[in-house]
Amino acid sequence: MKIILKQVILLNPDQKLNQKNDLLIEDGVIKKIGGLKEEDFKSSKVFEFDNKYCTPGFFDMHVHLREPGREDEETVETGCNAAAAGGFTGVACMPNTNPDIDSAEVVRFIKEKAKNHLVDVYPVAAATLARKGEALSPMYELFEAGAVAFSDDGVAIKNAGVLRNALEYSKNFGTPIIEHCEDETLADGAMNEGLISTTLGLQGIPNVAEDLIVMRDIMLAEFIDGKVHIAHISSKNSVELVRQAKKRGIKITAEVAPHHFTLTDDSLKSYDTNYKMNPPLRTRADVEALLEGLKDGTIDCIASDHAPHAIEEKEMEFIYAPNGIVGLETEVGLVLSELVHKKHLTISLAVEKLALNPRKILNLPVPQIKEGEIANLTIFDPDLIWTVDISNFKSKSKNSPFDKRLMTGKSIAVINNKKMFFEEKFFLI
Amino acid sequence: MSLSSRHLLGLNGVPKEDIQLILDTATTFREVLERPIKKVPTLQGKTIVNLFYEDSTRTRISFELAQKRLSADTINFSTSTSSVKKGETFKDTVRNIEAMKVDMIVVRHKSAGVPQYLTRISKANIINAGDGLHEHPTQGLLDMYSIRERLGKLEGLKVCIVGDVAHSRVALSNIFGLKTMGAIVSVCGPLTMIPLGIESLGVKIYTNIDEAMQNNDVLNVLRIQLERNAGTRIPSLREYHKYFGITSERIEKQNKEIVILHPGPINRGVEISSEVADGPYQVILDQVTNGVAVRMAVLYLLGTMH
Repeated sequence: MKIILKQVILLNPDQKLNQKNDLLIEDGVIKKIGGLKEEDFKSSKVFEFDNKYCTPGFFDMHVHLREPGREDEETVETGCNAAAAGGFTGVACMPNTNPDIDSAEVVRFIKEKAKNHLVDVYPVAAATLARKGEALSPMYELFEAGAVAFSDDGVAIKNAGVLRNALEYSKNFGTPIIEHCEDETLADGAMNEGLISTTLGLQGIPNVAEDLIVMRDIMLAEFIDGKVHIAHISSKNSVELVRQAKKRGIKITAEVAPHHFTLTDDSLKSYDTNYKMNPPLRTRADVEALLEGLKDGTIDCIASDHAPHAIEEKEMEFIYAPNGIVGLETEVGLVLSELVHKKHLTISLAVEKLALNPRKILNLPVPQIKEGEIANLTIFDPDLIWTVDISNFKSKSKNSPFDKRLMTGKSIAVINNKKMFFEEKFFLI
Repeated sequence: MSLSSRHLLGLNGVPKEDIQLILDTATTFREVLERPIKKVPTLQGKTIVNLFYEDSTRTRISFELAQKRLSADTINFSTSTSSVKKGETFKDTVRNIEAMKVDMIVVRHKSAGVPQYLTRISKANIINAGDGLHEHPTQGLLDMYSIRERLGKLEGLKVCIVGDVAHSRVALSNIFGLKTMGAIVSVCGPLTMIPLGIESLGVKIYTNIDEAMQNNDVLNVLRIQLERNAGTRIPSLREYHKYFGITSERIEKQNKEIVILHPGPINRGVEISSEVADGPYQVILDQVTNGVAVRMAVLYLLGTMH
């Protein structure tokens, strides 16, 4: 089948590509860029995407798909549907499933579940068995089965000696260790520690709980010359630590979640559990530091930390409710509304952080917009004004604090694996 | 005159006029409590549920007495197990109770924010009887009532809250209420027990108890709550008593009038010595009596709102 994306703005910073043109895709492969003839238009399905951006498909390197174990909250399929609806053609899923992704069987199970989908799924495997922070997982086997990184996400690798071994051992195959940076002995709380937690009577999690582990991990990454990726960075001092480490040439990368650069702990005043996450929403000063870090490249990419939870679990007394929110279907809207339209990032830099850098961190090839290449594309309209409605989410779970929020900018279509998602539907191309 | 809100969730943001109205109304009920027949028909036909998700003796009894003396129908629901363990969610429990047609819910819960959450899932008037480490507004009100009863005013008085402020819902309600009423509020305790950012609320921090006593008219002495893990923030109860305990030697050294409050239950020999707990400066049992009057006032004002 042939399709034409008419008069799209083709943008790929890696190729220094930024031009408005027609794009012809046949059987999932980019056939022609520009110079289309009348017969091409006649024999193709034409999409009038005038002035919409067409970039390498977006990639979210931090999602929880809940399968196996909590299929009532999300499955690989519904998570992939949410990803496609949100503008992503690839995701990396975290290992805190049940059982954990700590055996090659579970990696293969997830890959199998994702096989025929538009969205590519790359499992992140547990760094230690059952994410207990004690014995290393069978990393080589996991890598061979398709794991692209290792993490005990949900917690940091507790023991510095174990982290050292994980870093050293995984150097063999070049995968990063993704760290959820939190010193548990300092993090016995339900929200950010500060004036707001004091007035709300909730136990706080101080910034320093994150900073200490970021610092430890930087030192170990330097010592081992290993790769550490900081998941969902949220604290001001952590941003500065990463900035300085990068200057020293240490192999450290970082991601930020949209809720952390959009919201502050002020939102908690309603005791709405959809604002409860870990790391917690921080203060305005932290948000400013995150924006600065995004701007100067300290923070490499944006990832949702998509964390589906059942309604009855989230609709709970505050201290008992689980952490996390679904993020795949609001991520691009928040990046465009909060970062691009507010002039913190150019569209080109936003695309680097949504499409290019996550793949580079995970050693995955970045899709090229070239004749002969497989079409792996996101088409978005940075100016489309829309209102979030959780009842339209493709995700099985609806735990989002952004319901009814007005956003400017939205993904309108994705293409990958000979499939297209457009106007709420998947179809073969 | 009526209150500006149909719930009492905390004292944060409650206007001065409302606090004034509650305290003045409590004075009337305080008089009722001295009568041979201590009952008025004010809330006849109203149904009140005391929803206690955390152990409580005095607050629950105080509320129940207040309700009975106002002739309301009272139902007690007490459980110390969380809904997580019990299998039924908190929301379902509340909906079931609501379906039985209740007018008011008095709630105590381990989690801060539960009273606010209740206002979203129930139509009843909600009264917070203590939520987590957040607020305990009727305690704050009865403390203010007791101070006013003893010293005749609140405005301009210097009140210091002593002890584990970080893990006390009494502290926050006192701070918000007293500041609204024009008192000057400070806290005193080891810094492990003083929460971050408290100075931004306009509260001075003392780390020396003698200095705090020197500079204040009233001490509100909090219970050291071993059940809330206070032991990890102080080396020992002995050391706490040595440096922060209120003793008669310390009071006498000051050579001035000082009023001692304690929300109870007291740990004799820890935050307060027996001599002080039974001595002339304390108003601890007055607080208990006043608690019933203040709760009657709150129930009456909320229960008769339209």
